Amino acid sequence: MSFTNEQLERYSRHIILKEVGAKGQKKLLESKVLIIGTGGLGAPAAMFLAAAGVGTIGLVDFDVVELSNLQRQIIHLTKDTGKHKVLSGKETINEMNPDVNVVTYKEWVSSSNIIDIIKDQDYDFVIDGTDNFPAKFLINDACVLSKKPFSHAGIIRFQGQTMTYLPDKGPCYRCIFQSPPPPDAVPTCKKAGVLGVMGGIIGTIQATEAIKYVLGVGDLLNGYFLTYDALKMEFRKVKLSSNKNCGVCSENPTLTGLIDYEQPQCELKGN
Amino acid sequence: MLIKVNGKEIELSKGVNISEFLIEQKVEMPEYVTVQINEEIIPKEQFETTIISTGDSVEFLYFMGGGSI
Repeated sequence: MSFTNEQLERYSRHIILKEVGAKGQKKLLESKVLIIGTGGLGAPAAMFLAAAGVGTIGLVDFDVVELSNLQRQIIHLTKDTGKHKVLSGKETINEMNPDVNVVTYKEWVSSSNIIDIIKDQDYDFVIDGTDNFPAKFLINDACVLSKKPFSHAGIIRFQGQTMTYLPDKGPCYRCIFQSPPPPDAVPTCKKAGVLGVMGGIIGTIQATEAIKYVLGVGDLLNGYFLTYDALKMEFRKVKLSSNKNCGVCSENPTLTGLIDYEQPQCELKGN
Repeated sequence: MLIKVNGKEIELSKGVNISEFLIEQKVEMPEYVTVQINEEIIPKEQFETTIISTGDSVEFLYFMGGGSI
């Protein structure tokens, strides 16, 4: 694969970096990243990955754009209200960078489709941009079982967190949090609010992890839990160890398959 | 005795178990907090029996959803 003149110009600031170079930019153009949830976290992650020239971006979401999304989900525009998020996201990416092939999955992830979605394009890296714990545990378990690296993240109010899972290189999300909290026990963004930029900060860190993974440079957040407090303007990187009793990634896993946990009442589809 | 909680040093007057410590630190919804001491996750069943001692580094890790909706 050789670059066109437009590509040489478009990616010139990457190509000049010794950690990227022409070789790295080719890797990016040939890479495939799946983003589950095209909202607060997924929107900025998708935009930066698209701008960086990640050749294939998968977007998974069944939701449609609402006016209340636009304070933070910057991939969607006012005119997109009422449109499916994956379609709106695809249109924005296509306008931004014609090098990117966007694959859309207009569905919620569940135990019955997530493995097929991950395998559909044999994605290199998965970004969890979902807003609920059933989906977060499902993504974790599916990635562990299919040996896919992924980035977890969560945001609420003025706070955010993220960690990266690499197969056999450190803990998974379930090592830290053994099972989801009961529905409605932990507040959601809808109920508690979230500062619009939180997804920008944390989602962009997720995109950075995906890019570094594809390039094979630097240190990733595997084995670490990064927390961000915007009010204190404080980042903390907490070292983690694997949980020898983890239900999914330990030597003796208790989980035999994927689980569809119960959703909080307020987040049920069509509600 | 001095211990570290989420990276900050604090003085503890006496050794307490994790359950007591969560109350003392006014941790919201302590039943859903993951507690790591010296880089080891402590199973919830051991919260009553695990005593925090001098020099321990305690981390509270909270559930955080958010993102899509």
